[in-house]
Formats: sequence, structure tokens, C-alpha cells
Amino acid sequence: MLIIFYIFAALSVFGALGVLFLRNPIHSALSLVGTFFCLGAIYVMLNAEFVAVIQVLVYAGAIMVLFLFVLMLLSSKDSGDYVNKWTIGKILAGLLSLGIFVQIAGLFTAENLELGPKGTYPLEVVEEVGSIALIGRLLFTDYILAFEIIAVLLLVAVIGAVVIAKRRFQ
Amino acid sequence: MIPIEHILLLSALLFTIGVMGVMLRRNVIVIFMSIELMLNAVNLSFVTFARSMDSMTGVVFIFFIIVVAAAEAVVGLSIILSIYRTRKTLNIEEFNLLKW
Amino acid sequence: MSQIWLVPAFPLLGFILNAFFGKRFGTRFVTFIGPLAVGLAFAQSLVLFFQMLEIKGNVLNEHLYTWISSGNFEVGINFTVDQLSGLYLLVITGVGFLIHVYSVGYMKGESGYYRFFAYLNLFVFFMLLLVLGDSFLLMFVGWEGVGLCSYLLIGYYIEKDSAAEAAKKAFLFNRIGDFGVLSAVMLIFLAFGSIEFASVNAEAAARLEYGGPLVTAITLLLFLGATGKSAQIPLFVWLPDAMEGPTPVSALIHAATMVTAGLYMVARLSHLFVLAPFTMNVIAAVGAITALLAATIAVTQTDIKRVLAYSTVSQLGYMFLAMGVGAFGAGVFHVMTHAFFKALLFLGSGSVILAVHHEQDMRKMGALKNKLPITYITMLLGTLAISGIPFFSGFFSKDEILWKAFSSPFGSPWLWGVGFITAGLTAFYMFRMIYLTFHGESRVDSHTAEHVRESPFSMTLPLMILAVLAVISGFFGVPHVFHLLPNGMEVYFHNFFAKLPVEGHGSVSTEWLLMGLSVAFALIAWFIASRLYHSGFAVAAGLRRRWEWAYQLSLNKWYVDEIYNAVIIQPVRFLSTHLLWRLFDQNIIDRGVNTTAIVARAVGSTLRPLQNGLTQNYALIFILGTFLILWYVT
Repeated sequence: MLIIFYIFAALSVFGALGVLFLRNPIHSALSLVGTFFCLGAIYVMLNAEFVAVIQVLVYAGAIMVLFLFVLMLLSSKDSGDYVNKWTIGKILAGLLSLGIFVQIAGLFTAENLELGPKGTYPLEVVEEVGSIALIGRLLFTDYILAFEIIAVLLLVAVIGAVVIAKRRFQ
Repeated sequence: MIPIEHILLLSALLFTIGVMGVMLRRNVIVIFMSIELMLNAVNLSFVTFARSMDSMTGVVFIFFIIVVAAAEAVVGLSIILSIYRTRKTLNIEEFNLLKW
Repeated sequence: MSQIWLVPAFPLLGFILNAFFGKRFGTRFVTFIGPLAVGLAFAQSLVLFFQMLEIKGNVLNEHLYTWISSGNFEVGINFTVDQLSGLYLLVITGVGFLIHVYSVGYMKGESGYYRFFAYLNLFVFFMLLLVLGDSFLLMFVGWEGVGLCSYLLIGYYIEKDSAAEAAKKAFLFNRIGDFGVLSAVMLIFLAFGSIEFASVNAEAAARLEYGGPLVTAITLLLFLGATGKSAQIPLFVWLPDAMEGPTPVSALIHAATMVTAGLYMVARLSHLFVLAPFTMNVIAAVGAITALLAATIAVTQTDIKRVLAYSTVSQLGYMFLAMGVGAFGAGVFHVMTHAFFKALLFLGSGSVILAVHHEQDMRKMGALKNKLPITYITMLLGTLAISGIPFFSGFFSKDEILWKAFSSPFGSPWLWGVGFITAGLTAFYMFRMIYLTFHGESRVDSHTAEHVRESPFSMTLPLMILAVLAVISGFFGVPHVFHLLPNGMEVYFHNFFAKLPVEGHGSVSTEWLLMGLSVAFALIAWFIASRLYHSGFAVAAGLRRRWEWAYQLSLNKWYVDEIYNAVIIQPVRFLSTHLLWRLFDQNIIDRGVNTTAIVARAVGSTLRPLQNGLTQNYALIFILGTFLILWYVT
């Protein structure tokens, strides 16, 4: 189990580094898809099957396809990445990112990490009811308002995307 | 059982790579992908905490985050499309019209 | 419920309709709405007046809503109708209604007809607010409001420079008075913890020492305000210039109503004023001197409206003389009779001015009595009234004042003497005006003379009604010595005004004697005027040559404007130019402002490169911020 986790963790980091370093954006995108698959697998190991499924379906399936679609639409004339120049700003940015990693890692691994009280859904309950049923129940009870709003947001995003991307005919 | 510190470290690592992507890459779509990577890193820590805290809130929130990410990707990509139409480039350093 | 609020509500509604829809709906709409609004207010005032008379205590109160409530300080929009405000209500709405009707004829065909009626309605609204308010604050709202409307109406002919100047002058002089009122109100609030008239009047004697410095300061400041509004020395110079406005405005605002606001305030606070004998003496002296000074000026003026303007100042001086000797009832009585006959005279002069095509100079009038019969007769009646010819209204009210000036404990033979001379001068210049305008030979342009005809019915009807009132209203206050009727004024104001600390003196025979003297003097003045002016200026010119210096002094209004210019305006201007402008403004304020701008620009140009449009730069700063926050947290 642990071994499988480390394999997937290593693969996902590898994919992420691919996003960062691959010259061709299409390659970057494909490498990101790999990362998302790995993360989906880790979600399964964390007993979050529903999240794993939508991770694969929505992220890897829909969103990344959209990215690839746009990339291919645009890079026919304008392929390849732009050459990186290592300016002072970029070096500073790299250092800052590392600093942030150190700090977050320090925060996560701290001995006195205060996590607050435990919730009411231990693993046994989740396995008994099923995580999808539980999420569905919560979505339609406690989070009904957020759920409705997110639906409106999606609608707005669809309309907005059409309006923005539409060619303007004179 | 996987120790949660390890998962969280993975999450932090992915997040940092995302940050680096945003700040170092110049192709605006790659930057956008890096942002998606950062969102996923956060998702991972949400799931981890939800599991270790016996709570479902984190899991439900991932649902919301993914929906928002989808909306964001749609709108963001259409903005990129329409910028590309006028500027004929994806290089973020040439998208510098909004300044003093 | 007595529905007092309806009285000011009608003119306000009229103002809104005329101001916002008058232009669109046209002249007929305005002609209908403008007078109707005031007419309805008059009807409601009549109802209220009789309700007030019947009710015990003669006070109607109405609470509309609480305006300010802060700690134990509370001011409401409260309306009060009592003897004083009831009488004022009738005069304002009654005379106001007649003048509105008159204006329909007078202003016919003027551009901005709707604007005129809107202002006039607004003025009536504020004036009603002034007299109905039960506290200083509400009164002050009305006080400022009528000042504003006065400004707007004096400057009605906006294309004329002189009108604009006169409007500004009136406004500025009123501001000086307003300063006095505001300061006095603050002092009153300090002393009483309340600014309601009722409680101030009731507690005045208990809280303030008789003749003490506080009450003297308060009353003097209030009187300063009154001199501004009611055109007394030293702030009277705006009123003659205010004649630049249309004649109905002069009649309504600058003769019948607004200028009596100062008197209203003094009468309203009679219980406060009697505590300050020094102030009372000041008021009486100022009133008497103003009356005399204005009368001497009026003697030589040739502009028909200016004669009436100085006459108004003079008559207002009379009223203040009455207030100053503690004869509040007599003063208010004169306010009423004066409102009738002075409105009548102004409207009559307006009728004349209209007939001779907007010529105001009496040197270009004359022999108009056959052409303008109604105007002539009504104005003659008004003149008889103001001159104090027996059994016309002015006779009763003026004699009451003169008698009180003589007999009251605050009075003296000197005050009576000044009033007496003024009365004679009044008769003289008023009959001078009548003779120059209506008698003798015509000096009217031959062009104009052909077109002179009597004014339309809408103008003559108010003249006739006012003439009747000017003749009969005096019987409201027949003096005791006649033993004909009870003195209506004293019955009406029974126990309303403060009692004087000492009773007056003087016997019945003295009163008869003084009355006979003043009547005789008035008749003599009439006679002199008829000798001098029955045929134009020819006879008077000889007299003028002999007394050239006095003539010039009077014609130039005692050089008061010039004195103000030299003593106040020029020094202020000098100070402003050299000290405030050249030194302070240019060197300190301007430099301060410029320095601020330079600093801002320097900071801006330092920070500007950060704002370079490169998204990744912004992201870098954003991440830096995140880093610092995380550092702080861990």
C-alpha cells in the first residue's frame, strides 16, 4: 500500500516537473494529465472514490482536453515555448518558491499542529453508507445554497465564455 | 496506512512547482496549467485533512473547487483566445498594456 | 385635529408644481396654481384663526414629527397658532393672496412667469414656517428661507446688473443679521437648555436676572438680527436697493411681510426683551432714528418706488419704536395696518409704473388721475392712511405708538418728538408723491401718453380690497379716549405680551392734546406738499436752491452707502489684498498646496515602475506577500 503511494507520488511530482520544464506546451499539458491521474489514484487510496472519479472525468478528461484544444488551435502559427532568460526576478521567484515550500512543509510537519475536534464521519460510516451517497446527502442538505450558487456560476461562465470568445463581426 | 505528513509534503511540493510554473514560464497557457496544478495540490491536502479528521467537509469542498476550476478554465481560456486574436502571441510578457 | 400643517403645505405644493411643471404646462396652469395655493392657505388660516379664538388659552399646537433628538435636546417640527402668529397668518396669506392675484396682471407676458410664481409661493411657505414654528430652529429655517426667496426675487430680472447687485447686497446685509440671531440662539440654549419659544418666555423671568449682562447680550444679538431683516440702522441700506425686483415683490416681501419678521421675533419674545431695559432703550432709539432718517431721505427721492421703500424703512422704525417702549401690541397693530396700506401703495405704484411703460421716475409722470381713476383713488386712500389722517387705519395705529412713546415708562418726550416730526414728514412726502404722480401737468413721454390706460381687473381688484382694508382696519384698535369701541387690539392680545415692570403715566387730556398736535401737523404737511408740488417741481426748485446742502444730503441718502464703503469695504478690501491674498494666500497656502503636489508626484514616480503591466511581476510581489505572511504565522 505504502509502496504504491510512493510510486504514485513520485510519478505525480515527475509530471508536475514536466509541466514546469518541458518546452512544448502540448507536452506540458500531457504531463499534467499524468499528474492528475496519479492524484486520482491517491484519492482512491484515501477512500475518496467520488473525488477520484471526478478528478479523472472533469480534470483529466474535460478541463485538460479544453487546454489541449486551445493549445492546438493557437499554436499552429505560434508553436514552441519562449526562451527563458534567467533574470534577477526569475531567480528571486525561484528562491521565494522554495522558501514557501520550506514554510508550508514546516507547517504541515510541525509537532504541535492543531487540528481541532474530530468530525462525525469516521471511515466505518463512510464505508457503510458510501462516500458518494454521503457527499450527495451533504450537497442537498447543508450545502444546498452553495450548490445552487455554483450552478448559477457555471451558467454564467458558459455564457461569459461564449461572449468573450465570440468573433466580433462588424 | 499512509502517514498524513507524507501526503501533505507531496501536496506542498506540487504547490511549489505550480508557483514556480506561474512565475517562470512565459506561455500564458502553461501558466494557466500551473494554476490548475496548484489547485490540485490544495485539493490533495483537503482530502488528506478530511480523512484524518473524520470529516466530509473537505471532500464536499473539492467538489466545489473542481466546479469553480472548470468555470475558471472556460472563462480564462476564452479570454486568452480573444487576447490572442489581437496580440497574435501567447507570451505573457507582451500582455503589458495595463500599466501607467 | 386642527391641521395647521395644511397652511404651509399649500404654498409648498404650489411651489413644487410651478417650479417643476410650470414651464411645461404653460402660463394658464401657473396662473391657476400660484394664487390658488395661497388662497387655500388663507382659507385654512381663517379656519384656524377662529378655532384659536374659541379655544381656551388661545393656543393651537401641532406636533408633526421629531426633527432632532439628542440627549435632552429635542427639536420637533411643531406648529403653533396663537394670537400673534394667528394675526400674522391672516396678514401673510391674505395680503399674499391679493398680491398673487395682482401679479397675474402685472407679470403678464414676462419671461420666466412660472419662475416668478414658484418663488412667490416658496416665499409664502417660508414666511408661514417662520411664524408657525414653535422653536428658534424652525423659525430660523423660515428666516433663512425668506432671505433666500427675497434674494431670488430681487434678482428676478437676472439680465440686469443692478438687480443682481441689489440681490447680493440684500443677502449680505441679511447674513450680518443672521449672525446675530444664531449667536443669540446659542446663548439662549446655554441659558435655558431649550429653544422653544413657550419655555423661553415662561422661564425668562425666573432664569435671567433683570437687566443682567446675559439677557442684554441675548436681546441685543436678537435685535441685530431684527435690524437686518427689518431694515433698521445700521443694516437698512439693502431695502431701497431691493426695489430692483418686480413691484409685487416689493409689496409682498419688502413692505408687508418679510421685513416685519424682525418685529415678529421681538414681539414673540417680549417676555425676554422686557428683562433688558438697556436693549429696550436701544431698540426705541434705533427705531426712532431710523424712522426720522428714512423719512428725511424719502422727501427728495424721485423714483416712486424708492419713496415707498424709504417710507417702509421709516414705518418699520415706528414699529420698533413701539416695541422699544414696550408697546408690543401697538407695534403689531401697526404691522397689520401698515401691511394693508403699504401693500396698497406699492401695488398702486406698480399699476402706475405699468401704465407708463416701466417708468419709475416721478419727473416723467403727472396728471395721471383721470387716466388711472381706480389707481388714483385707492392710492389716495392709502396715502391718507399712512399720513395719519383721522379715522383711517394709520391714524389709530400711529397715534397709539406715539402716545405709548410718550407715556410708557421706557418712553420719553424725546422719542415722541422724533416720532411726531417723522409723522409730519411722512404726510409731506406721501402727498408729494401723490401730487407729482397724479396731479399737475403731464410730463409723460408723448409716445407713452397715448397708451396710458387703467390696469386690468386682476390688478385693480386687489387694490380696491386693500383700500377698503386700509381704511377700516384701524377700527380694530380704537384708543380708549374715544369711548366708542373697546380697544380691540388690547382685548385680542390680552395677557399675551409681557407686562412692563412699571405702569405708564399720562392723562387723558395729554393724549387728546398730542393726538390733535400730530393730526394738525399732518394736515399742515399735506397743505405744504400741495402748495409745493401741485404743478410739478417748479415751486419746490426755489426752495431747493436755498437749501442745496440739505437737499444733497437727503438725495444722497445721508451718504450712508459711501460711509459704509469707506469705513468697512475699503479697509476689508485693503486687508484682503495685501495681507490675506498677497501674503497669506500666495505664500503660505499656495506653496503648501504646491509642495503637496510635488511630494505626491515624487512618490508616484518612484513607485511607478512597479506598475509595469507584467503579470509575472505582480505575481512575484504577491508571492512575496504570501511568503511574509507565512513567515509571520510560523
